[in-house]
Amino acid sequence: MWLRELWFVLVGILFTGYFILDGFDYGVGMLHPFINRTDTERRASLSAIGPIWSANEVWLVAAGGALFAAFPIWYATMFSGFYLALILILLGLIVRGVGIEYRSHDKSPKWRAMWDWLIFAGSFLVTALWGMAFANLIRGVPITRHKIYVGNFGTLFNSFSLWAALTFVLVFLVQGGSYLAIKGNPNSRRQGRRMASKMVWPAALVLAIWFIWMDRLPSAAGHVDTVVVLLQGLAVLSLLLGRIASYFTKYGIAFILSSVSIAATTLGQFRILFPRVMVSSINPHFSLTIYNASSVTYTLQIMSVTALIILPIILGYQTWLYWTFRKPVKDEEMGY
Amino acid sequence: MTQLGWAELQFGVTTIFHFFFVPVTIGLSFLIAVLETIYVRTKKPVYRDLAKFWGHLFLINFAVGVVTGLLQEFQFGLDWATYSKFVGDVFGAPLAVEALAAFFLESTFIGAWAFGWDRLSARAHALAIWLVVLGTSLSAFWILTANSWMQEPVGYAISHGKAVMTSFGAVLTNPQLWVEFPHTELAAILTGSFFMLAISAYQIWRKKNVEAFSHSFKVSTIVAAITSVLVIFVGDAQAAHLVKAQPMKLAAAEALWNTSSKHAPWSVVATINAKKHTDPFQIQIPEMLTLLAYKRLSGSVQGINQVQAQMVHRYGPGNYIPPVAVTFYSFRTMIFAGTAMMALAYYALYLLRKKRFIQKTWFLRILTWAIALPYLANSAGWIMTEVGRQPWVVYGLQLTARGVSPEVSVSSLDIELSLMAFIVFYGAMAYAAIHLWKKAIQQGLDPDPDFEQRADEPKDLILGSTGAYD
Repeated sequence: MWLRELWFVLVGILFTGYFILDGFDYGVGMLHPFINRTDTERRASLSAIGPIWSANEVWLVAAGGALFAAFPIWYATMFSGFYLALILILLGLIVRGVGIEYRSHDKSPKWRAMWDWLIFAGSFLVTALWGMAFANLIRGVPITRHKIYVGNFGTLFNSFSLWAALTFVLVFLVQGGSYLAIKGNPNSRRQGRRMASKMVWPAALVLAIWFIWMDRLPSAAGHVDTVVVLLQGLAVLSLLLGRIASYFTKYGIAFILSSVSIAATTLGQFRILFPRVMVSSINPHFSLTIYNASSVTYTLQIMSVTALIILPIILGYQTWLYWTFRKPVKDEEMGY
Repeated sequence: MTQLGWAELQFGVTTIFHFFFVPVTIGLSFLIAVLETIYVRTKKPVYRDLAKFWGHLFLINFAVGVVTGLLQEFQFGLDWATYSKFVGDVFGAPLAVEALAAFFLESTFIGAWAFGWDRLSARAHALAIWLVVLGTSLSAFWILTANSWMQEPVGYAISHGKAVMTSFGAVLTNPQLWVEFPHTELAAILTGSFFMLAISAYQIWRKKNVEAFSHSFKVSTIVAAITSVLVIFVGDAQAAHLVKAQPMKLAAAEALWNTSSKHAPWSVVATINAKKHTDPFQIQIPEMLTLLAYKRLSGSVQGINQVQAQMVHRYGPGNYIPPVAVTFYSFRTMIFAGTAMMALAYYALYLLRKKRFIQKTWFLRILTWAIALPYLANSAGWIMTEVGRQPWVVYGLQLTARGVSPEVSVSSLDIELSLMAFIVFYGAMAYAAIHLWKKAIQQGLDPDPDFEQRADEPKDLILGSTGAYD
């Protein structure tokens, strides 16, 4: 039966879309209070993500919905197991979403400064915690024979997952900088370029170390094949190529390359997992897989037909949105 | 309090808070779309200014609705993992379709609408807000498909201890859905129109942009007058549907302890003694309950004690009685608030001729305070429908107590901590939203006094802005 495989791939694609798109949103959010000095600069960098941040976040909602519908046991075990981590992710998403919308509605400098730091804190928290969550899916968490998570919040903290948090933060900083480099006002474009160029070296190094570490995990044994290694190589290489493109002032290409890096990283992780979805650290046989965590065939068929009809439409109008707002932000027409 | 109690409290608090914002998103987007369509047709700039003003209030509301909605989708897995594993096969599908078919549409076009005043043509811009209306309404449809399945499970089979879907068609033609969705959608449009009516009344009362706000007063009055009647008709059908679908909820909503005679009266108010299963004091309208339940003059309605006995017979020993007083009073709160809105809407409609409402300052004051009514009715309606279903989470299939996440994964303390955090964050968010609403309402349609005029920006002198919100 290939429907389970199809939905595993679709969930992977939805998370890839989420990490690429919200990757630059979170990157911009993290850079926001540091690279922008004046209020106009800050409004410019928020206006650069203004029309699209909500549409970007829907990729996460869709990924969550797809998990629930196609792999209810994965959804239930992961969300209840990673309880406090996910609560913190939600709180982070709440403050940064409201912050982006509310910051510029009031001219008081205190009000604006408060939201600037909340946008930073929310973006940082969400980025780091997704890194930890994905690292733990691969590394393994205590899941019993009855598919119940028996760890706690502390279980999620280990050197591998903390390294993943660092990796996500650095890569998203590059992604955010590359985005500002093409979409900000003149000053935030310059600052974005500068940050992306600076961050790309540590990001590539930390990412490469994370991959080497990942491939040597006991839970990865027997799952690291040529495809995984190629994807990981591509992820590191495209970051470096992005730096070269930026050197030749091809900023659009540099942004595409950092997006490719995030896509290759995410898909590589899903490839290592396959066909597992959550590795059990108690006994490999207790791991959740696409076979023991999925919905019945009928539900998957219904969902497949729906997704195949709707996804092209979504891609169509989201492309239209990006096309409509393709030009960089001008000081005289900032939304925020 | 137990882990289950904390989980229930968390769901109640966060869901009611989320639903403060959802109906305004649906209803106000519809009214803004009407105003903007009038602008496209008539080219009168006042309608564009109004669309921008209401759009500003709308976006403040939308931000909170979106971010609190994220928790809604995740908390089934967070707090109700056992429930999610049991129903995910059926229940997850409408949620996933909601994200794909509705939420993407809504979010994309809100972004385009808010930032597109200068980048889109007037027609395309109006189309964008209509697509937001479509997206938000579709979103309500799919979420209510999921909720209706909890009220009245259809199109499923039980296999290996899980509910699995056998007919998507049956899930979509669930009779409960086709009373619940129209009722909620109409209530949302009524909420949006009272939001607009109350604030327009306030502006007219304090003589701020009276001419302009008379237009939004008129539009919202007409929409409120239509929807307030329809919502009552559909709500009546929804309550009558309970006779067969959920007799216990109906009996609890009426605090009817024992099966009535063929001529059941309707209690306007009552005191309830849930221990002794009696209502010591009641004010009743004769024949009314029979009439409401059956639309004819004869028919008895089953009482709580009798339905309890049937359920014990069917599902085994247990207490199948929901909290009666909460169900009874929330039902009445919704009905009284709904009736009050209808009365106010029709009096406003009567005053529309020759704009007599401008002089009626006492009535404008009442309308301003009436902004609380739709919030009250919406929350009470959901409390009635969700509390009245207890002790079931899925009616007849799973008890709420059996749906909560395993305590070894999610401890009582985890939920307690997260609930505290949500209360603090939500409270702060509500405070910020109200602060911004007040500011925007005080400013009305006038240019922002602090607005730093930029040399190259002559485009929009009325609102002093080219973007969504300066």
